[in-house]
Amino acid sequence: MTQNVQDTVLQIIADQALMDVSDIKMDNTLEDLGVDSMGLVEAIFAIEEAFDIQVPFNANEPEDSDFDISSVASIIEAVQGLVAEQTA
Amino acid sequence: MKRVVITGQGTINALGGDVATTLEAMREGRCGIGQLDIRDIDRLAIKIGGQVQDYAAEDHFNRQQIALYDRFTQFALLAAREAIAQSGLRFAGDLAATSGVVLGTSGGGMQTLDENYRTVYEDGKNRVHPFVVPKLMNNAAASHLSMELNLKGPSFTVATACASSNHAMGQAFQLVRSGMCPVMVTGGSESMLCFGGIKAWEGLRVMSKDACRPFSANRNGMVQGEGAAIFVFEEYEHARARGADILAEVVGFAMTSDASDIVMPSKQGAARAISGALRDGGINPSEVGYINAHGTGTAANDKTECAAVADAFGAHADKLMMSSTKSMHGHLIGATGAVELLACIMALRDGVIAPTIGYEEFDPECSLDVVPNEAREAEVNVVLSNAFAFGGLNAVLALRKV
Repeated sequence: MTQNVQDTVLQIIADQALMDVSDIKMDNTLEDLGVDSMGLVEAIFAIEEAFDIQVPFNANEPEDSDFDISSVASIIEAVQGLVAEQTA
Repeated sequence: MKRVVITGQGTINALGGDVATTLEAMREGRCGIGQLDIRDIDRLAIKIGGQVQDYAAEDHFNRQQIALYDRFTQFALLAAREAIAQSGLRFAGDLAATSGVVLGTSGGGMQTLDENYRTVYEDGKNRVHPFVVPKLMNNAAASHLSMELNLKGPSFTVATACASSNHAMGQAFQLVRSGMCPVMVTGGSESMLCFGGIKAWEGLRVMSKDACRPFSANRNGMVQGEGAAIFVFEEYEHARARGADILAEVVGFAMTSDASDIVMPSKQGAARAISGALRDGGINPSEVGYINAHGTGTAANDKTECAAVADAFGAHADKLMMSSTKSMHGHLIGATGAVELLACIMALRDGVIAPTIGYEEFDPECSLDVVPNEAREAEVNVVLSNAFAFGGLNAVLALRKV
């Protein structure tokens, strides 16, 4: 399941970045990948739909949200946490 | 070119059912935002808004009228009745033939859309009420105003999202200024506080769950409101000849388009609209004492707006006052500029500057005098009203004391 979460999130980010999954590195930031605030909001929507979870994110205060978007790895980790919470 | 003055104003919004109550709330810095009372609220993440309180359509309209009037049309009619009563105008003969109504609305009859989508999609019914179309159409409110007031000249509706009212009032201003119409009824109306209307905004993730705190460092988004405000724009000599009480003069208007992003605001686009309105009105920037800000309480708008004002005014930006009354009545989307014009007229007429309430923390990116939390007494001669819409469409009005 953990691997599935990672693959799905990577695919969603890749779709927004218009890149191949293989070109995305774990320590990339969204800025590195050219994903702007609109792309981010769309990616979060896609993540919520894919895993049927609620992602706590307010575009006005991204740094204060419980959802860490500082890198690809942090996003995957945050989604894994939310998915685990939901199945627990 | 003719001079254009305002000889009537009316409103219904979260702060009150008329102008006097609304201005009193603004003077006292009262907040009209609270828990929403709408169907399926449990399925919304955003549960607050500036909703019109203690309202029953039956108190104002008969059954046949309610069958045709969406809530946004009802609000427009109630605000117009107050404005027309104050102006003392009656439309007959040539005056009726040449006067019209331009209204701003973004969503039009959204309550009607929401209810009838439920009927066909959720309840699975295959039949809807015969008046769904005339009730939901964007021009319904403008049309019903023309019928109730006997306005037979140019009438239409302007939809530019959050700038709809300012664009509408700008058109009315130009119709009177050009000499085409002696009187135009104008303003805006919106009633988007329904399940679909809030759910759509929720999706953008720019809404606050607790309060609208424009310019405050801890602001976390916008809060929707609903209601209407309607004004009578009249040619100056026409108003003077009949001894009308003149509330203020409309002196300048400008529109610009950012031509850049569908949601992110642009400092240049906003600054060009502000400077354009000053130029159009022959106003020296140093004459401007107050700006009613667009001030949505989002991270992006407020810092961009402050930067635009700083650009347009230079050193004078630090001397003028700029508040966002959305902190009290919420963001009325297509009607917001109209309700906010009430605060502009109050500043000119009563020398009272409405505050930005909910202000808690200084933000260095919004370092203008935002009249935090408490109204202020001040003599001002020229005021501006800013509106910057999604889609990058900007409209700024300039008013002068008479």
